[in-house]
Amino acid sequence: MSGKFVVGYDGSVSSRRALEFAVDRARAQGGTIILAHVLEWSPYSFLTPSELEERHKRRREEMERAEKAITSTVVAELQDAGMPVEAVIRYGNTADLLCRIAKEHNAVQIVIGRDGQSAIGARVFGSVAGALVQTAPVPCTIVP
Amino acid sequence: MYRHAFPAAFAAVGAAFYSAPAYAQSIDEKVNQIFANSTGWFVNLIFSNFPGTTFPWIVAWLVIGATVFTLYFGFIQFRAIGHSIALVKGDYSDPNDAGEVSHFQALATALSGTVGLGNIAGVAVAVSIGGPGATFWMILAGLMGMASKFTECTLGVKYRNEYADGRVSGGPMYYLTKGFAERGMPGGRILAVLFSIFCILGALGGGNMFQANQAHQQIAGIVGAYPGWITGVIFAGVVFAVIVGGLKSIASVTEKVVPFMGILYVGTALIIIAMNADKIGWAFGQIFDGAFTGLGVAGGMVGALIQGFKRAAFSNEAGVGSAAIAHSAVRTKEPITEGFVSLLEPFIDTVVICTMTALVIIITGQLVAGPDGNYLLNEAGTAIQTVGGTSGVGLTSAAFGSAISWFPYILAVAVVLFAFSTMISWSYYGLKAWTYLFGEGETKELVFKVIFCIFVVIGAAANLGPVIDFSDAAIFAMAVVNIIGLYILMPIVKRELDSYLSRLKSGEIKKFE
Repeated sequence: MSGKFVVGYDGSVSSRRALEFAVDRARAQGGTIILAHVLEWSPYSFLTPSELEERHKRRREEMERAEKAITSTVVAELQDAGMPVEAVIRYGNTADLLCRIAKEHNAVQIVIGRDGQSAIGARVFGSVAGALVQTAPVPCTIVP
Repeated sequence: MYRHAFPAAFAAVGAAFYSAPAYAQSIDEKVNQIFANSTGWFVNLIFSNFPGTTFPWIVAWLVIGATVFTLYFGFIQFRAIGHSIALVKGDYSDPNDAGEVSHFQALATALSGTVGLGNIAGVAVAVSIGGPGATFWMILAGLMGMASKFTECTLGVKYRNEYADGRVSGGPMYYLTKGFAERGMPGGRILAVLFSIFCILGALGGGNMFQANQAHQQIAGIVGAYPGWITGVIFAGVVFAVIVGGLKSIASVTEKVVPFMGILYVGTALIIIAMNADKIGWAFGQIFDGAFTGLGVAGGMVGALIQGFKRAAFSNEAGVGSAAIAHSAVRTKEPITEGFVSLLEPFIDTVVICTMTALVIIITGQLVAGPDGNYLLNEAGTAIQTVGGTSGVGLTSAAFGSAISWFPYILAVAVVLFAFSTMISWSYYGLKAWTYLFGEGETKELVFKVIFCIFVVIGAAANLGPVIDFSDAAIFAMAVVNIIGLYILMPIVKRELDSYLSRLKSGEIKKFE
C-alpha cells in the first residue's frame, strides 16, 4: 500500500526536519509526499480601499513567489532523489487546510515541524500543532 | 490614561500658538469667510426649494430614487437579507478563491468609509434641528436606501475595470460610461465626467472637511478651545503620511480599530438605553409623534422629514455612488452578489448605528422642552435648545456623558479614528474620480493628494455651518448624476437579479461545504 504523507512546509528549518522525517517514512513504505504550503489568510480581515484594489495583483505575486520557492527547489530536489511528490499551495488557516488537504488526498498521515527554539516560532507552530492534535482526520506526527 | 497623555500633547502644541491668540483666531475667521463666500452659490443651487415651497428638490430626488428602486426590485432589501448574510459569511464563496477580496472585506471597507461622523455628529444635527421625529424619517430613508445601494453596487462590480497588472477598480464613472454604451444610450461619458467632478468635491467636503471639522470640535471640547487650523495641520500631516508616504501601518491600525470602536459605540448606546428602559416607550412616542406633527419644531413635520432624509443620505451615502467604488473590487463571478451584500450597509449604518445615536440623545433628555411638551428653540430660532447649548458631535458627546461620565473621552478617540478612516476612504474615492478625469500618473495623483491634505486644514479651521452645507451639497450633487444613471441602467440589474434568483432556486448556484 502506497500511503500519502502530507507535510506542512513553510521553508523553515523545523519544516525541513519534518520533510526529511516524512521522506524517510514514505520511502520505507513506497509512499508519496504531498508538500503543503499555506499562506495565512482570513477572509474576515480588514483592508483599505487601495488594498482591495491591489489584492488580486498581490495574491498573484504571492502565489508566484511561493510556487517558485517551493517547486523550483524542494520539489525538484525530491524528484531528483526519486521521491514522488506533489505540491499544494493554498490560502487560509494552516491547521484547517492541512486537515482538508489530508482528506482530499486520502493521506495516511500529516507531518509538521515544531521549532522549540524561538518563542515566536513556538507560538506559531505550537498553535498549528495544537489545532492539528484536536482536529486532524488522520494520525499526526509533530517533529521536534 | 488618555485624559492625561493625549491632551497633554495637543496642549503642548497649542501652547506654542497661544502666545498670539488674536493672530491665530483671525486665520480661522478668514478661512471661514473665504470658504463660505466661495461655496455659497453651489450650496444654494443644490438646496434650492421647489418653487413656492420650503421643500428642497434634492431631498425629493433621493427619496423618489430610493422608492423607485425599492418598488422596481420588489422590496429586495427585505426579501434578500437572509441571502445577504449567507454571502457575507462566505457560504457561497469558492474555497479556491481564498486570498482574494471576500464579500466580508468589501463590505467592511465600504462601511468604514460610511460609518463616520455622519453617524455621530450628523444625527445630532438632524435631531436638534428636526426634533426626535427626524429619527423616524431617517430610519425610513435608511431602509429605502438599501435598494439604491443594491443597484449601484451591482453595477459597480459588473462594469469594473480589471487591469492587466491585476488591479481591480470600478465605480459610477465606469458603469456610466460602459453601461450607457452597452445600452446604446448617449451621454454616459458626460454623466461620468460630471460625477467625477462632484465626487472630487464630495471627497473634499463630506469625506474630508466635515470630518476634520468635527474631529477638531471634539478634541477642543476636551482640551479647551484652540485654533482649528492646528488640528488641521496635524491631521493633514498624518493623512499625508498615509496617502502620499504610503505609511500603511497607520491605515491598517485604523482599519482594525474602527470596527472595534463601532461595536463599542453601539454597545454603550444599548447600555445607556437599557439604563433608561422606562423611557424607551416615551422616546419612541416622541419619534412617532414628532415624525407627523413636528412637535413644534422649526419647519414642523416637513422640517423633521427633510432633516431625517438629509442626514440618512449623508450618513449611508445610498444613491451617492461612493460605495460602488469600494465594493467593486470583490472576487465574484456574479456581480449581483455584491449588490445583495451592499444592501446590509445602509442597514448597519443608518438603521442600527444612527438610530442608536438618536435614541441616546432623546432618552437622556438633551433636548429642552417647554411646559406644553413642545420643544423650545434656541435664540436664533434655528434649532432646538439643548441642555448645554451644544450641537453636532458636542451634543452626542454630552448625551453619552450624561449617562456615563467618562465616555466622552472614548468618544473623542472614536471620533478621531472614524474621521480618519473616512478620510482615507474618501481620499481613494476622490483619487479614482481624479484619475478618471486626468488619467493615471504619479504626478497627477500627487497633485490630488496634496489638495486633499490642504482641505483637511481648511475643514478644521472653518465653522460648522458653511462646512456642513458645502459637504451636503457636494455629496448630493453626486447623487443627482448617479441616480440618473441608475434609472437608465436598472433593467440590466433586473436581468442579473432574475437570472441569479432562478439559478439559486434551481440549485445551480449552491453553497460550498
